[in-house]
Amino acid sequence: MLELKKVCKTFFPNTPNERKALIDIDLKLEKGDFVTIIGGNGAGKSTLFNSIAGSFLIDSGNIILDGQNITFLKDYQRARSIGRLHQDPLKGTAPNMTIEENLAMAYLRGVKKGFSFGIGQKDRDYFRDRLAALGLGLEDRLKTKMGLLSGGQRQAVTLMMATIATPKLLLLDEHTAALDPATAEKVAELTQEIVAKDHITTMMITHNMQQSLTCGNRTIMMDEGRIILDIRGDERKKLTVPDLLKMFREHSQKEFDNDRMMLS
Amino acid sequence: MTLIALQGAVEQGFIYALMALGLFVSYRILNIADLTVDSSFTLGAAVSAVFASIGHPYFGLLLAICAGWVAGMCTAFLQTKLQIQPILAGILSMTALYSINLLIMGGKSTISLLKTETLFTLFSGDYAKLPGAIAFALLAGVFLVVFFRTQLGLCIRATGDNEDMVRSSSINTDLVKFIGLGLANALVALSGSLLAQYQSFADLSMGIGTVVIGLASLIIGEVIFGRPNIPRNVLSVILGSILYRVIISFVMARGLSPNYLKLLSALIVIIAISYPVVIQRYRFYQLKKEAARNA
Repeated sequence: MLELKKVCKTFFPNTPNERKALIDIDLKLEKGDFVTIIGGNGAGKSTLFNSIAGSFLIDSGNIILDGQNITFLKDYQRARSIGRLHQDPLKGTAPNMTIEENLAMAYLRGVKKGFSFGIGQKDRDYFRDRLAALGLGLEDRLKTKMGLLSGGQRQAVTLMMATIATPKLLLLDEHTAALDPATAEKVAELTQEIVAKDHITTMMITHNMQQSLTCGNRTIMMDEGRIILDIRGDERKKLTVPDLLKMFREHSQKEFDNDRMMLS
Repeated sequence: MTLIALQGAVEQGFIYALMALGLFVSYRILNIADLTVDSSFTLGAAVSAVFASIGHPYFGLLLAICAGWVAGMCTAFLQTKLQIQPILAGILSMTALYSINLLIMGGKSTISLLKTETLFTLFSGDYAKLPGAIAFALLAGVFLVVFFRTQLGLCIRATGDNEDMVRSSSINTDLVKFIGLGLANALVALSGSLLAQYQSFADLSMGIGTVVIGLASLIIGEVIFGRPNIPRNVLSVILGSILYRVIISFVMARGLSPNYLKLLSALIVIIAISYPVVIQRYRFYQLKKEAARNA
């Protein structure tokens, strides 16, 4: 489904601040894969996502999604087939527009935009059904402004928006990290449900080591711009968090330095 | 203030309402302070005056809309494709358009339409000018209300609210800005073109300070009539524009020299935009004083 070939990205090249964020990344995801990504601070996890989503151009290499080379496509062109959630729950929704207007925008993804009315009765019914499935009581608040919802509610709606037109690839960048524990769990559950229902190929950055092993079918560990571990299948099933930390030490010759990971 | 002066103020209010609606699109909806307006207003007036003077007043209005649209798209081009800051992009367009306006007006700084047929000479009588002015303002208002409910309209509103979200909905926000700024300046140019035919002359400097007048009308309308949703907001802008003209003609009837009008407009905008901050600061000092007393 997704293939990265020798992807490189260097920030501030040829300056004293030069930082190699991604070094010769090779990665292949099969359709329906759910990959969790862990790594220390500055390991290149978010840079990897930014490269795939098209937030910037990579220096070299190729990115292929479902047979199409998307290396030089603009971010909004890639958004047609890539859904993305950020850590900041405010980033994915427009605060001064109503819930239904936000959903309508997401629903338009990949459709040609025109002068027909944005929201019809049929769309409204569909939105209501989908919102009801979230179990947050939002189905009766279609006309409420997005900005009035809590961070958790907004992230849940953003998740719905990213998947309302089923994407080929879903990128989750610590999307539950900024939420309170109960809400985080709820959003994580919803994520699993939606991904499983539509068989969406998914990549999830997480700082929760336990979650990185329980979610999905494959775990990748990054360090200093490289993928240093790629675990799946039976090997992964037997793995525990202490095993993971030990493997990290062996591969990178240093202690794990993600402060938030240490705490969770 | 005489009744005739009031009637004139209302007529002008409806005409200027189109300009205020243009600013509503760029400033409120797209969240861009677009200074192109100062010159696209004159651009509309110049185009319409030139065509009215050769006997095509209606064609002139149509062309003025197109010219305004192109002017807005030029600003959008500077902002998006060339990455020039929005304010500077507007200033550049405004400055460049000054020369273009002069060119359109054949190198003269005024064009008189006193003996030519215009939209407003269509009817005769005391209220001859009112229907035209009202019709255009209402048509534009209804158009905007309907337009902002279409898919394209939703995209424009969302771009002003959260650009990242729009891009991740697979929409090219650059294109949206081209359309939004084009629409905004088309409305402004239409307003200028109507004013030229209404007052039977176009003047190269008639657009100076248009942005401030538009913002003043917009804010007066919103403060008094509210902005809970798009239809109400559009209505507020139109009413605000009329109210602004009435206030101005009232102040002038009381003997204020027209020389101070721009100062007055600027003051209105400053007060209207800053009063929440001033009130907040006042409350802060009140609280501090009270806390000191209780300590």
